Amino acid sequence: MNREKVIFAFFIVLALTLNFGFFLGSFDEISHHNVYELFAATIVSMICTVLKFGDRTHIGALMLATSLVADLQLIVAAMIWGYGVQMSAEGMTPELVTSVVSLSGGALLANVVSVVLLMVETIVVRR
Amino acid sequence: MYDVLYLLLRRLRKPLITVIVVYAVAVTGFVLIPGQDDSGQPWRMDFFHAIYFVSFMGSTIGFGEIPYPFTTPQRAWTLVTIYGTVIAWLYGIGSMLALVQEKGFSRILRRRSFAKEVRNFNEPFYLVCGYGVTGTAIIAALCKRGIRSVVVDVDQERIDALQMDDLLIRVPGLCANASLPDVLDDAGLQHSSCIGVLALTNEDNVNLSIAIASKLLQPDRVVVSRTESDVHARNLASFGTNHIIDPFRAYAEYLSLVANSPYMHLVYDWLVNPYHRPISSVYKKASGRWIICGFGRFGRALHDDFTRCGVEMVLLDDNPEVLDGYENTVLGLGTEAETLLKAGVDDAVAVVAGTHNDADNMSIIMTAMEINPKLVTVVRQNLSSNKLVFENSRADFVMEPGSIIANRILAKLKTPLLPVFIEKMQTHDEVWAHTLLNRMSNIAGDNELDSWSVEITEVSAPAVLAMLEQNMTVKLQSLMKNSRDRRHSLLCFPLLHRRGEVLSMLPGELIELQLGDEVLFCGLSSAKGRMEWILKNYNILFYILTGEDPSFNLLSRILKRF
Repeated sequence: MNREKVIFAFFIVLALTLNFGFFLGSFDEISHHNVYELFAATIVSMICTVLKFGDRTHIGALMLATSLVADLQLIVAAMIWGYGVQMSAEGMTPELVTSVVSLSGGALLANVVSVVLLMVETIVVRR
Repeated sequence: MYDVLYLLLRRLRKPLITVIVVYAVAVTGFVLIPGQDDSGQPWRMDFFHAIYFVSFMGSTIGFGEIPYPFTTPQRAWTLVTIYGTVIAWLYGIGSMLALVQEKGFSRILRRRSFAKEVRNFNEPFYLVCGYGVTGTAIIAALCKRGIRSVVVDVDQERIDALQMDDLLIRVPGLCANASLPDVLDDAGLQHSSCIGVLALTNEDNVNLSIAIASKLLQPDRVVVSRTESDVHARNLASFGTNHIIDPFRAYAEYLSLVANSPYMHLVYDWLVNPYHRPISSVYKKASGRWIICGFGRFGRALHDDFTRCGVEMVLLDDNPEVLDGYENTVLGLGTEAETLLKAGVDDAVAVVAGTHNDADNMSIIMTAMEINPKLVTVVRQNLSSNKLVFENSRADFVMEPGSIIANRILAKLKTPLLPVFIEKMQTHDEVWAHTLLNRMSNIAGDNELDSWSVEITEVSAPAVLAMLEQNMTVKLQSLMKNSRDRRHSLLCFPLLHRRGEVLSMLPGELIELQLGDEVLFCGLSSAKGRMEWILKNYNILFYILTGEDPSFNLLSRILKRF
């Protein structure tokens, strides 16, 4: 058992589940989406990215790329949320909620790809 | 090769995750802990304010409790997070600094920049492995000729010395084990501009692996290797190493010329050694009995060559086993007068002190000189640190392996025609050599005699080709005229002319040049530079051929029509 692999698998699946939990619900209904969950998903996704630093395998590079994509989408989503709550005159409008959720959906897709890559890697190693 | 970026990222994993986690915990804490606004109403920080506060608190720039003064639980949490964030940052920055200061990391950085510099070379260069006595001499001579080189040595001190040596051209150096193929690869083994690999380390095995790697990866590349054992020499030759230089064998050949044909020897010396001896120093009385002290690798090489030339000799060694089966032997080192007298030192012509101990060697020649001051003395210097003593020993020949190898290799690198000339010259007699020597002496005097070859091709002699295309004849002597005044000649003369397979020694100066001719010249290096002008500048060659000095620009061509 490779400790590094266990830790990475834990974080990548956690990022996926948190992301999924946040994404679940009506697109424009803010009460369906928990801000804590978005925060947790972002943090876990960033940790996943750092965990893939310095991995020189080809699959490692792909995973780094996908988790960078997830980071990017989640951070932009968080920024839009912050704009809606703090700066926008109308507050958190359904449009803003929709874009936050759809960005997190994009991040969800990237996380799914990460997990698929993880499974591919596991199957290929076969040890 | 390790990539620096990957190494950096890999090392920064833990500190970066620490920073992320600490910040996440701190932000979560501020969001969860209840506060009060200025009117005393309960208030909770949202993520935006929490991230803002933690960001400026973590970097400890200024401080303020925003947007409302904190409650006690908030202050308590702030207290915890201040230490948490500061420690996380210190850890992160500290591990980065530790990485940068680490020896292994800086070695990778140096190697990376070295490999990059070599990769960007766009002119021909030699890859030299080993920067000892030989390497130093060769690099200095290559730099003087404007040829670039790259050095790999296993000893950092020598690489430091390379940086300190005042070389005319920058020579990149790497401290690494040259027997590893990836080191050689970084040093430009597979680079298209690399014209030769010189394996000059003092380890025969390392030289062997350099030669093997080079011949495997680039079979056409010239490989020069030094070796001190016959087994390695045969091994090197078996896979096509171009030049194998054994210092003992090389010096034995050199000495057998002294014993046999002193004038020929001096010609050789002038062509090969940069600091040659004056013509008056010729050893006319070198034929007779030679005393060889020390019968190791050097002694045996000398014995083989002397037997071939029919020189009479007496062999001395303190080990009776090595002398077993040879004639004219005396048991003893030769450091004391008794053994030397037994070997007949009083009517011998020369004594060779060739043991592997420098002190013994000095002792032998001093004792021998006391008995017979007219002796020609040859002394072998094993350690380059003993240079001062040997320089002042008044011995006629000091054999120092490092410089012998350097001279040999340089003669081979200068031009492939020079070894051809030296080989062919030995078929001539002493009178021929004496005449040649006088010509050389007239030209060079006490200065260094240089040699170079000229090839009549589109690239190296465009002016000559342009003349030939206009059906003008260019004679060999035209290349040796002074371009300022064609009545005077440059200080040089031709040694060898090669046209296809036909070689002519000391060619006449009236030979008409053709495309593809090769000529070997000897003379002062200043003449070499002047000749370069004649070969490449149409106007100068036109002046030398016709004595006219017209200008060939567009305006004068138009004016000439009227």
